[in-house]
Amino acid sequence: MIVYTDKQLELLELLTQNGPVDSALAAQMLNLTEDEVLSSLETFKQDGVLLGYTAVIDWQKIHAHHGVTAFIDVKVTPKRGRGFDEVAERIHRFPEVTSLYLMSGAYDLQVVLDGKSLQEVSQFVSEKLSTLDSVISTTTHFRLKTYKHDGVLFSQNDGDKRLKVSP
Amino acid sequence: MKHLSERVERLAPSGIRRFFDLAGSMEDVISLGVGEPDFVTPWNVREASFAALEQGYTAYSANAGLVELRQEIRLYMQEKFSIDYQVADEIIVTTGASEGLDLAFRTLINPGDEVIVVEPAFVSYAPLIELAGGIPIAAACRAEDGFTIQPETIEAVITERTKAIIFCFPSNPTGSVMTRDQLADLALLAKKHDLYVISDEIYAELSYEDEPTCFATLPDMRERTIVINGFSKAFAMTGWRLGFTCAPPAISQAMLKVHQYGMMCAPTLVQFAGIEALRSRHKTVPDMVRSYRQRRNYFVKALNDAGLPTHSPGGAFYAFPYIGGTGLTSEEFAEQLLLAERVAVVPGSVFGASGEGYVRASYASSIEQLQQAIHRINRFMQHLNQKQVELSNPSR
Repeated sequence: MIVYTDKQLELLELLTQNGPVDSALAAQMLNLTEDEVLSSLETFKQDGVLLGYTAVIDWQKIHAHHGVTAFIDVKVTPKRGRGFDEVAERIHRFPEVTSLYLMSGAYDLQVVLDGKSLQEVSQFVSEKLSTLDSVISTTTHFRLKTYKHDGVLFSQNDGDKRLKVSP
Repeated sequence: MKHLSERVERLAPSGIRRFFDLAGSMEDVISLGVGEPDFVTPWNVREASFAALEQGYTAYSANAGLVELRQEIRLYMQEKFSIDYQVADEIIVTTGASEGLDLAFRTLINPGDEVIVVEPAFVSYAPLIELAGGIPIAAACRAEDGFTIQPETIEAVITERTKAIIFCFPSNPTGSVMTRDQLADLALLAKKHDLYVISDEIYAELSYEDEPTCFATLPDMRERTIVINGFSKAFAMTGWRLGFTCAPPAISQAMLKVHQYGMMCAPTLVQFAGIEALRSRHKTVPDMVRSYRQRRNYFVKALNDAGLPTHSPGGAFYAFPYIGGTGLTSEEFAEQLLLAERVAVVPGSVFGASGEGYVRASYASSIEQLQQAIHRINRFMQHLNQKQVELSNPSR
C-alpha cells in the first residue's frame, strides 16, 4: 500500500471532486508550490493511483441520443489458482463493458454495459457472456433513469438560495 | 399619534441594507457580501427534523431547550474546549446566537451601563446594547496587529460605568483569531476591572490554523463569561435559527427569565436537527472546514496579487482587504465595484468606524465564482489605476 502526505491526499480529494485541476489554482488552494502539485500528479500516475478523468454527462437530456445501460449480475465458477480474475479479465476486455466489479452476496460479478439498444445488450449477454465456460447464470437489469452518478446530482440543481448581502 | 420608542427611533438602519437593495436590483451579481455558508445543511440533519415532525414533536420544549440537546451541547463543550457546563442550569438553547446576544445584554445591562465592543464588529452588537439601555463603547483592533485587540486599547476606554466587554474571535468581519495568550491578557483586564465578558464564539469551528480557545477556560473567567455559540456557521444552519449560551448558574438563570418570557423556547423541530448536527459533527464539519481553508488560501493570495493588501484570516470565511490605497472610502469602493463589475462586497465602515478603508469579502462561494470575482476585481483595479494616472498627468 502506498503512503501519501496529507497534502497529497487533499490534492487527490480535489481531483475526485473537480476532475483535472489547474495546477496553479490547486497550488494556491493547498498552500503548495505549483511544482509540488505537478510532481505529485506525476507520482500519482506513476503509482497507478491516478488512472484518468471522465466527464459526468447527462445523456438523457440530449435529443436523438439512443443508448441503454444494463447492470448484469453474473454467477461464475472460480478457477483453481486464479479465482475470479481469469473470467473477469475475459469480460472486461469487451469495449461495451464500462465497469466490472467482484461483489459479495448473491452473485459474483457485476457487469455494467453500455449498448445502443436492448437488442445489442441481449445479443451481448446471450452470445458473448453466457457462452463463457465459467459463467453459470446471468440476470440483466436495465437502467430507467439516473438520479445521481458518481456523487453528481442529475435532478434540477436548485442553486444558491442565500440573500445577496447579509450581516 | 404618539411617538414610537425613542430608543428604537434613535437606532440607525443597518448600513448593509442599502447594498442589499442595490445588489438585489441587479442581474449577474457575484455576491461576496453574504455572511453565511454556501453549503446547504447536511442531509442527515435535515432528515432528523423530518423524523421529529413525523413523530409529532410539535409541542413546546423545556424553556432552556430539550434535555437531549443540552446534553449533546455539554459533551460538545467538553470535547472541543475542555470545559464542563451543567445541563440543568448552565446551558440555554436559543433561537439563533442572535437571541443569545440579546439575552446577555438585557440580563447584564442597567440604564447607562457601558459595554465595550471590540471593533470592527458584527452589526448587531451596538444596536442590541442600546436597546437594552446600555451605551456601546468602541475599542478598535488595528490592522498592524492583524486585527487582534490590544489590552491597552481596551483599558483606555474603561470607565466606572463599564459593565462588560464583547468580542468575537474568529472575527466577523475580519476573520482574525486571537491566540490563547492574547486572550489571557484580556482575561486579566476583565478580572482587574470586574467586567463581564460576552464571548461570541459562533465561528470557533471555522479555525484554520490553531485550535480555538473558549474564553471561559481562561483562569477565573468561567464565573464572569457568557459564551455565545450556535449552529449557523459550523453546520450551515443559518436559516434554522439555533444557538446556545453557556454561563454560570446565576447568570444563566437570569437570562432564562428573559428567554422564557420573550421566546418561550427555541423551535422544537429545529432542536432535534441540532441534536443530529452535534452527533454527526465529526463526519460533516471537517469536510466543510477543509473546503473553506482551500478557498481562503486561494482568495487571500489573489486579493493581495490584485493590489488589495489582505491579512491572512485564521478563521471564519471572510477576507478583509485594505482598499484605502485606491483613494476611495469603503462605501465608494463597494458601490463602484458593484455598479462597474457586479461584485458585491460589504463596506468595512458598517462594522464600525475602524472598518473604514476596508471591505468584507466572503469566500463562502464556489471556487469558480471566486475566480470570476477576482477577474472582475482585477479589471476594476486596472480601471481605477488608469484613472489615477490620467488625473496625475492631465493632457492639455
